[in-house]
Amino acid sequence: MSATLEIKNLNVSIGDKQIIKDLNLTVPKGEVHAIMGPNGSGKSTLSKVIAGHEDYVVTDGKVLLDGVDIAELEVDERSRAGIFLAFQYPAEVPGVSNANFLRAALQARMSDGEEIDAVAFYKSMYAKMDELEMDRKFTKRAVNEGFSGGEKKRNEILQMMMLDPRYALLDETDSGLDIDALKVVAKGVNSMRSPGRGFLIITHYQRLLDYIKPDAVHVMSDGQIVKSGGAELALELEESGYDFLKTA
Amino acid sequence: MIALYSFDSLFEMNSETATVQQVALEKDNIGDFSFPENHKFDAGTGLNGDTLDYISKVKDEPAWVNEFRHKALAVFESKPMPTNWATEDLNAIDFDKIRYYLSDGATPKRSWDDVPPEVLETFDRLGVPEQERAFLAGVEAQYDSEAAYSNVKEALAEEGVIFVTCSEGLKEHADIFRPWFGKVIPVGDNKFSALNSAVMSGGSFIYIPKGVKVKHPLQAYFRINSENFGQFERTLIIADEGSEVMYMEGCTAPKFETATLHSAVVELVAMKGAKIQYITVQNWSSNVFNLVTKRGLAHEDAEIRWIDCNIGSRLTMKYPGVVMKGERARGEVISIALANDGQHQDTGAKMIHAANNTTSNVISKSISIGAGRSTYRGQVHIPKHLKGCKNNTECDALLINPKSRTDTYPAISVKGNQHVTQHEASVSQVSKEMLFYMQQRGLSETQAMSLAVNGFINDLVEEFPMEYSVELKRLIDLEMEGSVG
Repeated sequence: MSATLEIKNLNVSIGDKQIIKDLNLTVPKGEVHAIMGPNGSGKSTLSKVIAGHEDYVVTDGKVLLDGVDIAELEVDERSRAGIFLAFQYPAEVPGVSNANFLRAALQARMSDGEEIDAVAFYKSMYAKMDELEMDRKFTKRAVNEGFSGGEKKRNEILQMMMLDPRYALLDETDSGLDIDALKVVAKGVNSMRSPGRGFLIITHYQRLLDYIKPDAVHVMSDGQIVKSGGAELALELEESGYDFLKTA
Repeated sequence: MIALYSFDSLFEMNSETATVQQVALEKDNIGDFSFPENHKFDAGTGLNGDTLDYISKVKDEPAWVNEFRHKALAVFESKPMPTNWATEDLNAIDFDKIRYYLSDGATPKRSWDDVPPEVLETFDRLGVPEQERAFLAGVEAQYDSEAAYSNVKEALAEEGVIFVTCSEGLKEHADIFRPWFGKVIPVGDNKFSALNSAVMSGGSFIYIPKGVKVKHPLQAYFRINSENFGQFERTLIIADEGSEVMYMEGCTAPKFETATLHSAVVELVAMKGAKIQYITVQNWSSNVFNLVTKRGLAHEDAEIRWIDCNIGSRLTMKYPGVVMKGERARGEVISIALANDGQHQDTGAKMIHAANNTTSNVISKSISIGAGRSTYRGQVHIPKHLKGCKNNTECDALLINPKSRTDTYPAISVKGNQHVTQHEASVSQVSKEMLFYMQQRGLSETQAMSLAVNGFINDLVEEFPMEYSVELKRLIDLEMEGSVG
């Protein structure tokens, strides 16, 4: 069984509009891959398609999770299979506390009759919250309701740390963050890097990659990956911008 | 007062609590079971004067009660169905096909050991004796027309607390009972209060003496076991000066092919400085017409709170009210209604301000699933000659599916300019993006919906005693099963 998140010849449409065209990408476990590109290039769509959003229709190609085609899996089944998406705009869930939400998400991963140990749960959550410099009061607040942009992004990272995914997709996690929050978020992500986990980081700007050093950088434009390289590619883009795409 | 817990604190408790919850979450049909009928007394099918005489005879009632019944029947027959403002579905009730009285006898047992086995098993399955041992000060368990069991803890009885069936109340405590009976809700208040007055049977009579504060709740459980049956319990609670009581009622019925009618009348009287909390968690099967009149009379500095949770039934019409008769009296209605496919929850509140500086609060949340329909009707009345009255009304509706429906009919009549009132209403939906987000974290669509619904009502659930909030969460989870997809 290959230990990769593999996207093969993927074609995706929403309505009549094709958004992703013949896209190929392989993220091996243990590596951090970044996807960069201008707005509207299809980066966010890619992450939602991998997560299984019903609005997007895969017209051709497939996504293989450690060698297994996930086309038939529902959104929640993909999540429990190990795919985590940190949202650019996380939804609010009024009246449901962060602690209850996380607990329900963890409980959903357990087999019938198996119970979360409440003490261990809180211990683990508090430790991760400390790492992300989050106030304990946060556990009682409703999920994302009234959160600042920075709080929402930290919350996404906390959920990722608690759910311990095989592959984490981070969609524009750096947007709306000041430099201090960015550092905290990067610290959380870096602490999660391990040989058993792959990351796909989607970002418009290079600055997040100052703190999370990628193993590979891909440039996406008009639904395709047009260029791939090492960490240095991000720096190149920082200097020259995406203008080269127009002339290419 | 007993401690109140939120869902959050529930989750933070020890694993023992968690196990109780897990057991509670197991899929079962809660009230959907029944035993073969085995009634000694049966008033037959249909309603006329003989039906009333039969009931009076079985109950060995004083003449004034029988007269009261006959007058009420005349009022019932003279009143049209209120379909000029309420749903036409009321016309589906065929009063000639209903059985109005079924019992094994009119005297409840004081010990569960003396209760017939199938009745005991029924209440065992519903968890009533267990709850009684765990946290209740007294219990009445009604099976069809009569209470099979009724008991109050000895210590309370010694303090003068009376907790008996209504039939016992009107016979044995007539001096306290009669002055208030039918005074808060007159026979002719509406067609169904008249019907109840004609064929009433079962229900509770409670008297709390001056200054007595009952720490643990008193509970009644109303169980329908028989098909084509009408349950008409009648409850009167009198809290004397400075006393406090919390009363909880639960209701279930099996699902039959034909319609079942439940039409109760509940009157509360809170004397000067008294506090009454009346909590309902009903889970009727989807063929029950549930048409209930509930009203409280609050004297000076008294407080009446209705906490009302309506799940199930084909049609529920219920608008708990408080008449604030004395200065500084307070009235409150907190209600949760859940209308599933084919169900209509027509609920609301009536707040009648009849003295200066009285305060009322109404918070209503409804959830409509599938083609379910919820309706809010609220009446707030503050006459011109009063001053310093306050009302706050909030009603929020959550729609689960595109076919779900909600309507709001507030009627706020505030005269004079020395009052403060505010009214807020909202309608929201469980958005696709919220569901996607929750599912991306691993929750199935049903789990995500359940969590969203529980979140929607979470602030109201905190008003329930813990034991009931667990039950409520379980009922909601069960309702959400199969509601999506």
